[in-house]
Amino acid sequence: MSVLVGHHTRLIVQGITGREGLFHAKGCRDYGTQVVGGVSPDRGGSEVEGFPIFDTVHEAREKAGANASMIFVPPLGAADAILESLEAGIELIVCITEGIPVLDMVRVKRVLMDYPLSRLIGPNCPGIITPGQAKIGIMPGRIHRPGPIGVVSRSGTLTYEAVGQLTALGIGQSTCIGIGGDPISGTSFVDALVLFQEDPGTQGIVLIGEIGGSAEEDAAAFIRAHVTKPVVAFIAGQTAPPGRRMGHAGAIISGGKGTAAEKVEVLRLAGATLVENPAEMGQAMARCVPG
Amino acid sequence: MNIHEWQAKELLAAHGVAIPRGGLPADAVEASAIAESFGGRAVVKAQIHAGGRGKGGGVKLAENPAEAAAWFDRMMGMTLVTPQTGPKGRVVRAVYLSEAVAIDRELYLSLLVDRGSSRVALLASTEGGMEIEQVAAEAPQKLFRLAIDPATGIGPHHARDVAAALGFHGEVFRQFQVFLLNVYNLFIKNDCSLVEINPLVVTKSGELLALDAKISLDDNAMARHPELAIYRDPHEESPEEVEASRYGLNFIKLDGTIGCMVNGAGLAMATMDIIKLCGGEPANFLDVGGGASEEAVKNAFGIILRDRAVKAVLVNIFGGIVRCDLVARGIIKAAREMDIHVPVVVRLEGTNADEGRHLLAESGLDLRVAEDLGAAARIVVASIA
Repeated sequence: MSVLVGHHTRLIVQGITGREGLFHAKGCRDYGTQVVGGVSPDRGGSEVEGFPIFDTVHEAREKAGANASMIFVPPLGAADAILESLEAGIELIVCITEGIPVLDMVRVKRVLMDYPLSRLIGPNCPGIITPGQAKIGIMPGRIHRPGPIGVVSRSGTLTYEAVGQLTALGIGQSTCIGIGGDPISGTSFVDALVLFQEDPGTQGIVLIGEIGGSAEEDAAAFIRAHVTKPVVAFIAGQTAPPGRRMGHAGAIISGGKGTAAEKVEVLRLAGATLVENPAEMGQAMARCVPG
Repeated sequence: MNIHEWQAKELLAAHGVAIPRGGLPADAVEASAIAESFGGRAVVKAQIHAGGRGKGGGVKLAENPAEAAAWFDRMMGMTLVTPQTGPKGRVVRAVYLSEAVAIDRELYLSLLVDRGSSRVALLASTEGGMEIEQVAAEAPQKLFRLAIDPATGIGPHHARDVAAALGFHGEVFRQFQVFLLNVYNLFIKNDCSLVEINPLVVTKSGELLALDAKISLDDNAMARHPELAIYRDPHEESPEEVEASRYGLNFIKLDGTIGCMVNGAGLAMATMDIIKLCGGEPANFLDVGGGASEEAVKNAFGIILRDRAVKAVLVNIFGGIVRCDLVARGIIKAAREMDIHVPVVVRLEGTNADEGRHLLAESGLDLRVAEDLGAAARIVVASIA
């Protein structure tokens, strides 16, 4: 079992004729994802590396039956690309692009309210993978294996670290969702927790947060009220100084808010198992789920 | 990107927001002339990117043009230490003169991107001049909040709500409606992440003015506002960080002794955390980014090793897009071309990790290769013990 992506996924890539877009379109196809084409304005009707190219997402949906999109469009055009997918009725939109102006995301987030059947993951994220079935994103497929653990994270390579530890211990993953490091994103920790709690194939959840904002605090409140599955959590940035932006636009401690210590405390109170040492995320989960 | 008060005032004025008369003199003679044009009295304000300037002696009231000139001379070039600058302070490179106005009421108004509501939020308070964090902590009932729907923008009803909260009536209320609309338009049009007017004042003659203003612009949107690029002040940024960004690296200097080179911001923070947990102190945050090339790795070494406090370096790469063999080549190149005088611990995992480790082992260089994240942190901390 899994959430959001799987054998049913029919993916298109917006921005497929860019270097990264094409590279990762191939990466997803090689992993087993049904990549049914790409969108590149004014290149419709052509073909690139075996991918049929469409002018618009509408066309890709009608002609290729696309139900998911992966976006590599450059930052200033990415919000428009998300809106195009929404209006075309794409159900799952994964935006990899980093550096989208935040006011563009304010508008996107507002429009998302009008499309309850669609979901946006990201932006500024590694994407989502259901091991053994399909991936939409830039993560290395090889480090994953199918299994019972859901992983949700604001960070890219730190997610790989957690997955690598799980796989090394023989523990597979149901689905891994990178929700992204921006202050405004389509899918929150709570959204992911809802999906994992409801998914019969998920028996445990690894949650990887970081300093800044209050997404982890919201997650803690939800875990306390609704999550019956074991949650292992790590919060990155315990040593980060206040007022400095640590790479991610969201990773900043301001005015005494959003510190790692506060997040660790509320998650612990909510019943999650907190890992102080990032090298021990896998082992902590191993202790929570039976062999 | 933060901008100076005088630049914020320039933006406000350009968008029809009322500010006191002001000027940016080049020398003391000009400072005197500007004060003269105000009628003699002027507030002399040091321009640095930090709050609490008054507490550090960076804001002074001059009673006459001669005093304005004297304060200008005193402030220009001084190192101003405020509660927000840290002990080293900032060198004052510009001094702004503002007309001294007779104040009836001081209030607070700001717009910012609120991640909680995913909207532009408005904060207002009758406690002008105080830091808003303090108001929120001590008198939360005096803090008025409003999240603005991006589909509608700001409207007259918002202005009525805020005016009611701030106690504006009659002529001041009429001024405020226009004032608020103009501030909101400025915010949206220039892709701001913060516009803070503190204090917003009502003068004794019933005028509404932005007496002090702080504006932050969204770095991600600068590409569509080339006209704002002139507001960047390189003196307010750390030279190492500026250099790092030129190489596509994200670098922040810290106070410890263990240099870090990591791919990805989250893993970089986690690496700092585990170093601390093992008893060490990270000397920096450094994210080599998604396209870590040989050249980027070499440049990263250069920046890390320039810090004389660095006693050891930990390289932690979990290759996804980044290929570990390329990182290994970068490390070898750096080690051969530079004088690396401290222990280097390398942990490579993910794409082409075996090949990368093999290259390091064959290089004959004195590098310590770690199996996993935990081992890497223990070894690097032990290497300087």
